[in-house]
Amino acid sequence: MGNEEETLRHLKARFPKRLIEVGAVRPGVARMKIERRNLIEVCFYLKEELGFEHLSCISAVDWKDRFECVYHFTRYKDGAMLQLNAVIPHSDPKIESLCKLWKAADFHEREAYDMMGIIFEHHPNLRRILLPDNYEYFPLRKDFPQEVDRQYISRRKLKTGGA
Amino acid sequence: MAEFWINMGPQHPMTHGLWNMRIKVDGETIVDAVPIIGYLHRGMEKISEVREFQKVIVLTDRLCYVSSITWSHAYCLTVEELMDFEIPERAKWLRVIALELQRIASHLMWLAAFGPDLGLLTILLYSLRERELFLDLIEMMAGLRMNSNYTRVGGVRNDIPPEFERSCQRNIAYFLKKLDEYEKMMESSKTFLMRTQDIGRISKAEAINWGVTGPNLRGSGADVDIRRTIPYEVYDQIDWHTAVEQDCDSYARYKVRMIEMRESCSIILEALKKMPPGPFRAKPPRRAEGEAFRVTEDSRGEALFYVAADNDDRPYRVKVRSPIFCTLAAAPTMMIGHKVADLVSIMGSIDICVGEIDK
Repeated sequence: MGNEEETLRHLKARFPKRLIEVGAVRPGVARMKIERRNLIEVCFYLKEELGFEHLSCISAVDWKDRFECVYHFTRYKDGAMLQLNAVIPHSDPKIESLCKLWKAADFHEREAYDMMGIIFEHHPNLRRILLPDNYEYFPLRKDFPQEVDRQYISRRKLKTGGA
Repeated sequence: MAEFWINMGPQHPMTHGLWNMRIKVDGETIVDAVPIIGYLHRGMEKISEVREFQKVIVLTDRLCYVSSITWSHAYCLTVEELMDFEIPERAKWLRVIALELQRIASHLMWLAAFGPDLGLLTILLYSLRERELFLDLIEMMAGLRMNSNYTRVGGVRNDIPPEFERSCQRNIAYFLKKLDEYEKMMESSKTFLMRTQDIGRISKAEAINWGVTGPNLRGSGADVDIRRTIPYEVYDQIDWHTAVEQDCDSYARYKVRMIEMRESCSIILEALKKMPPGPFRAKPPRRAEGEAFRVTEDSRGEALFYVAADNDDRPYRVKVRSPIFCTLAAAPTMMIGHKVADLVSIMGSIDICVGEIDK
C-alpha cells in the first residue's frame, strides 16, 4: 500500500496555497479539494511527477450550492489512491477537460456532461453519451424531480392507512 | 475505394446486448470506429438517490446480470466504508467465496459467448453446462441463481449450508478437469488461433492511459490486480497468482481469463479451509454522512463506487464506475487497421456487458 502522508507532503510542498482541504481517508488513500482553475496544473503534477498513471473515475456531484467534480487516481506501483474534489460554482458550470492528459477522461467527461450538465472546456467531442441527443434536461441534478410518493408503500402501511 | 460508415448493431450477433458500433471502412479495412451506447440506460444512479442504503442492492445486482454478486459487493463495501462499519470476519470469507464463484460463472459465460463469435459452437454448450455447476453453488449459498441479492450492508444474507463445502470441492475438482480439456480444444483449433492471435493489439502504456482495467489490462502485460494492489476483504490472507500475459492481443485476453478461472478455484478451496466460525452479519447503522469510495476487482475490471450521503438513510449520490464503459472507449484503438471480421473477435475478447455500461 502506498504512503498517503508522503503523497500529501509532496503536494503541500509543491502547491502551498492552492489546496483547500487535505487529509488521509484510510491507509494508502489521500484526499484534497482544489479550486477549478488549478485543476490542470495539479493533475499534470500528479501524473508526471507523482506517478498516478491511472484515472479511475470522474464523478460530478450536485451539492445544491455548488457542483463538485470528483476525480479518483491510482498509482499501480504501490496501490496508492487519491481523491481530488474540484469545486465548480452553480452559476457557471465549467471546468477544464483532462482529455489531453488521460484519454480515459473522454467518456467519463461526456457522461458527467450528460447527467449533470457540466461543460468540460477543450473536450474534443462533448456530446451526450447515454441519453438521446435531443434530450433537454440534466437528470442527475437535484432540481430534476423524481417520483418518490408512490414508492415504498408497505403492506402494513396500506392496511393501517399510513400509521 | 470510397470510405463509408457501417452500423454494427444495435441488433447484431456480435453485440451481446443492445449497443451499436459504427465503423468506417475502406473496403474491408476499418479506418475509424465510434461506439454508440445508451440503449439500456435505466437511470440507476438517480433511482438510488431515493432508496434506502440496503434497498439499492437490488439495483446494483442488475448492473451486470452475469456478475451480480461482484457488483453488489462493491456497493456494500463502499457503504460500509461510508458508515465506518466493520463486518464480521466470517462474512468476509463468505464474500470472497461468493465473489470467486461469480467470477468463474461470469468468465464461463464470456467463454460461451466468445466461441460462437468465432464460429466455434461446441464451446458454447460445454461452458454453459459447466456454468450450471457454479450457478448451483451460488443457489446453495444465496437461494437464487442470478441477481442473487447475497451481499448485504453489514455482511451477507445467510450462512452456507453444511453440505456446501463438499459440493464445492466436488464441483471444482470436476470443473478443473473439464477446463483442461476445453483449453486443449480451443488451442488446437486453427480457426481460433488465426482469429485471435495478433488481433486487437493495445500496448500496456496505451491501455493504462485509456483506463482499460482487469483481464484486458493483464492481457497487455500489466501486473495489476486490485485484489492484490489494493486488497479488500481477506484477499491479502490468501495465496494465489495473478494471471499476466505479454502478447497484448485477443489471444492473451482469452488466456488470462482461462488462468483466472483456475486461480479462482484455488482461492475458493483455500477460503473454505481457512474460514473461521462466527456470525455472518451485523446490524449496520441506518444513517450515514460524508463521502466514500472503494475499488474492487470485478470480473471485467476495476469497479469503483463513489457514494456521498448527507446524514439521511438514503445515499445523496451514487456513482458507478463501470470497467467495460472505459474499455469500450479504447476499443476503436484496438480495431483500427483490422478487417471487419476481426471486430467480432476483438469485441468478444474484451467481454462486453451492456447492463453495466449503460447503468
